[in-house]
Amino acid sequence: MTREIAFSKALREAMAEEMRRDSSVFLMGEDVGVFGGVFGVSAGLYDEFGEERVRDTPISEQAIVGAGLGAALAGMRPIVEIMFGDFVTVAMDQVVNQAAKARYMSGGKAQVPLTIRITNGAPGSAAAQHSQSPEGWFMNVPGLKIAIPATPYDAKGLLKTAIRGEDPVLFFEHKMLYEVKGEVPEDDDYTVPFGQAAIRRKGTDATIVAVGGVLPKAMEAADLLAKSGISVEVVDPRTLVPLDTETLIESVKKTNRAIIIHEAHRRAGPGAEIAAILAEGAIGYLDAPIVRVATKNVPFPYNPELEDFILPGMGDIVEAVEGVVGYTL
Amino acid sequence: MNTPSQPTNQLTTQPTNHPKDHLLTLYCRMVLIREFELRAINERRAGLIPGFIHSCVGQEATAVGACAALNADDAITSTHRGHGHLIAKGGDPKYMMAELAARSTGYCGGKGGSLHMADFDLGILGANGIVAGGIPMATGAALAFQMRGEDRVALAFFGDGAVNEGAFHEAANLAGLWKLPVIFFCENNLYGEGTPQSKQSPVADLAMRAEGYAFPGVIADGNDVLAVYEATQAAVNRARAGNGPTFIEGKTYRFRGHYEGDPMAYRSKEEMEAWRQRDPIPAFRRRLIADAAASEGELRAIEDEVQAALDEAVQFAAGSPAPDPESALEGVYGETHGGSVF
Repeated sequence: MTREIAFSKALREAMAEEMRRDSSVFLMGEDVGVFGGVFGVSAGLYDEFGEERVRDTPISEQAIVGAGLGAALAGMRPIVEIMFGDFVTVAMDQVVNQAAKARYMSGGKAQVPLTIRITNGAPGSAAAQHSQSPEGWFMNVPGLKIAIPATPYDAKGLLKTAIRGEDPVLFFEHKMLYEVKGEVPEDDDYTVPFGQAAIRRKGTDATIVAVGGVLPKAMEAADLLAKSGISVEVVDPRTLVPLDTETLIESVKKTNRAIIIHEAHRRAGPGAEIAAILAEGAIGYLDAPIVRVATKNVPFPYNPELEDFILPGMGDIVEAVEGVVGYTL
Repeated sequence: MNTPSQPTNQLTTQPTNHPKDHLLTLYCRMVLIREFELRAINERRAGLIPGFIHSCVGQEATAVGACAALNADDAITSTHRGHGHLIAKGGDPKYMMAELAARSTGYCGGKGGSLHMADFDLGILGANGIVAGGIPMATGAALAFQMRGEDRVALAFFGDGAVNEGAFHEAANLAGLWKLPVIFFCENNLYGEGTPQSKQSPVADLAMRAEGYAFPGVIADGNDVLAVYEATQAAVNRARAGNGPTFIEGKTYRFRGHYEGDPMAYRSKEEMEAWRQRDPIPAFRRRLIADAAASEGELRAIEDEVQAALDEAVQFAAGSPAPDPESALEGVYGETHGGSVF
């Protein structure tokens, strides 16, 4: 039995169910309690679990992440929320130097079951400090895991895996996905494993690797391209660390063309790493250069038309696919 | 505002108020820390230890006095100058020396070194290479204790330099707000790396920082182990009673450089000599003898035991194997999803 629920509700269910089954799970962050989260993700949790386990914090990202880490080291399973991904910079030491490395520095002894929920993506005219998709920055930091769901099913299943795990997870939630609906099982206890990509659409002419919030656009582009006779395979990596390199490489070996799409900035974004992996694993199969469609390398502008201009759009995706399919050596 | 509280040359606490075995334990731990540091410095020169060392010589009283007020299941976070904190919390000099020597038998299997030693079974959540980096973590451990209703506290050690970091202020604010059972223990040794505290902070008594976060800030003579112990005991009692954090400023001094090899051009010989006169270990030793709390023979026996333990620690380290190079790829994650490193 399944039902259609929104991405944000799927996340809320994951947190509520994990908090019911494990008293060491709790949520803290800015406005997550009484307010219910600025995007409404934790609405109702405060009423059910109370202020002890759904904790409103001061605007103190270092303390939020650092206290989450300390609580994790002391046996809790904290979920901490960074309201806008841009604000994670304030907590960078705790994320990068402390949480990511605690286990390794201690010779493998530290258990760090810490889930850091971070919103990413441009919600529209939020400008340069409320629109970024910083997931790529953290791919360069060993010790972190990075989940980036694109469907309500994965949002719930991956969040449960993160909460039940033993490692710090950066869990990226694209703001424009929150209201997107999708099928989620009634069964309250499924999880989605890390490191397993999902093939969202089968195809033969080109592989689109769509990271996180761009998945709906990629699917739409694939529909459009099908009308002009181009068969696109769409792969959703679901987690960037660990990355299911095998599924990505196998898909490209089959279609011989790769387009990587994400909303993170283009330069040294997740697409750069994925392109390198595809080149290493499938160069002999490629009939065209690996192409990236991503946010242009400028800060996010406020003006909606300027913002649209820098974001990866449907037209950019279609053009990129047509370009690689029509490519001749 | 910028005139520090003047330390005195006399210890004002009374050894006779404390049980004898407690006094001897305090003395033993201070000597163990001092001698451990001196051995480590020598072994580094001799080539056994590859990395850098920030020694805590001169600051033994703060580490020992503070940890003596904690239970085994209480937690600490430490700093780059953390050997003393670890020993004071029960760390084994054998595994510490082996870690400094980068051996597989060290606390971290040779992956952490001086800056990252940890032993979670002893409540040592880790030394730290980032100034103030451990303070939010201690606050979070205290949060866990409070949420579970446990009678445990966390103590964050940090230096005067850390009080100028945002991490301290964010954590102090949170701890004050939630009345967390945490003790913020500032070892004020008057220098943040190579710059005097007077050039880093507009206030000389850092304990006053606590006022803004609505918990007590107290100053202790950081070179008097009993003064530190008594101040920490009061803070621990307050935390266990649910009354929240305390900031303790232990005024002390490091006798050696910020790191081994530091030319120390930033402070005068006169200043260093004046503080040497206040060395916490001979001062405590004299008091124990003068108050007839311990005999010369008892103290000598302790000193001999320490030397024997450190002989063993150095032998253990030197005789331990180096880690297998392949082990560099292990221990990054708890769950590897099919691959050792992604």
